[in-house]
Amino acid sequence: MTAGTRTKPVWTRKHLLAIAELSREEIVHVLDTAVGFQEVSTRSVKKVPALRGRVVVLMFFEESTRTRMSFELAAQRLSADTVDFVEKMSSTSKGETLLDTARNIEAMGVDIMVLRHPAAGAAQHLAEHVSCCVVNAGDGQHAHPTQALLDLFTIRERKGRVEGLNVAIVGDVAHSRVARSDLRGLQTLGAKVTLVGPPTLAPKSFETMGVRVTSDFERILPEMDVINMLRIQKERMTASGFPSVREYIRLFGMNSDRLKHCKPDVLIMHPGPVNRGIELAADVADGPHSSILRQVTNGLAVRMAVLFLCQQAAAVE
Amino acid sequence: MTQLLDHHELQDTLGKLARAIAGAAPRDVPVAIVGIRRRGETLAKRLLPLLEKAGIAPLHYGVLDITLYRDDLTTIGPNAVLRGTEIEFDVTDTWVVLVDDVLYTGRSVRAALDALIDLGRPRAIRLAVLVDRGLRELPIQPDFVGLRTDTESHHVVRVMLKETDGVDEVVLDDRGNAH
Repeated sequence: MTAGTRTKPVWTRKHLLAIAELSREEIVHVLDTAVGFQEVSTRSVKKVPALRGRVVVLMFFEESTRTRMSFELAAQRLSADTVDFVEKMSSTSKGETLLDTARNIEAMGVDIMVLRHPAAGAAQHLAEHVSCCVVNAGDGQHAHPTQALLDLFTIRERKGRVEGLNVAIVGDVAHSRVARSDLRGLQTLGAKVTLVGPPTLAPKSFETMGVRVTSDFERILPEMDVINMLRIQKERMTASGFPSVREYIRLFGMNSDRLKHCKPDVLIMHPGPVNRGIELAADVADGPHSSILRQVTNGLAVRMAVLFLCQQAAAVE
Repeated sequence: MTQLLDHHELQDTLGKLARAIAGAAPRDVPVAIVGIRRRGETLAKRLLPLLEKAGIAPLHYGVLDITLYRDDLTTIGPNAVLRGTEIEFDVTDTWVVLVDDVLYTGRSVRAALDALIDLGRPRAIRLAVLVDRGLRELPIQPDFVGLRTDTESHHVVRVMLKETDGVDEVVLDDRGNAH
């Protein structure tokens, strides 16, 4: 074995809590590592022994079948053992229950906790009180770092770069952790971000973060390289400040007519699951510009990279 | 610091390796040359034209990243940069020559064997190394060796190649010495 070059490691974090705390180099390192993991999913033996003997617990205090499955498969492809922790909990005892639960789980000897929680800051709180790795799988309206990483990965894969691209995020930006995380990640990698939605859902206050905010979707279409359509949460549509479904579709829905005004190589993204016919017309969702299924596939490689890197950082600590 | 091979000697050694591999390669089974990242990859790439000259064709070529199979992951930690395996052919029923720069403890080769077998079932796997420095910790022996040299555990054998290091040279150094 030759003595390799021992440069300073780029990744030293045992937790992944928010995309906002990552440097450009750290984000690129995760994306590069994920490229290496893509190949694993194409083999007949879809498994590597990197996390053999490690235990990953999936703590989902909020329903999310896809994200949970993606993390579970990612952990299993690294040969880790996975345990599910599912609990519906009352909103009054959140903080207390979470820590108590986490300490109990930790006492059973787990290495990585993947946490989805309705309260913003829950993952951070957990990381401060447990000694194992914590990966944030979405906390309230705050952050969803692996979604941002897989979106960046997909953009880089399709466009060859992120820097300098015009990217629109369309929909209920104000209440979306996906929007917040994507926005920070895109900015860190040098994309130009435009937020689109009615002023109640895409408020001008976001301009302080250095982005353009507009409610005129049609006008910005021709400039965009990437358009990320946020999922409309139907349960929120009855809330005040939300336009009617018909009005929303008319102003902010992506359909084949609007697609004609876009660049011929525009990339249409969606974090899933799609409300077909509301934010995204079915023919666009299934069309050649859409990267929806590719995002799901890439999510697996990105989550493998995140679990692997956090565990490695913890191991040398 | 002692020089083990200079530029010309390194080229000659590769030629010798290629002839030995060509002499042993079966004629009725596809031959694959698989380099272990990173310097094994470069060496494998250099062996390709030499093997073709020696009459071995067609050849499959691939690169193996053993990062995820190493048994020392916890000690090398985040220094391990995953670059990915690139093997575009079906390894099943091929005659695979694994190529690495230095054979030492045998642990890298153990990892490479596991990684390769996860991809399929080769007819046979052979091991070619540029330098065998001894001090094995696992029962693994090479089939084709460029240079055998006795070393001690405080030594480092550095294989430097034009493609990655700007120069072709193999040196024996003391672990404590900064490069």
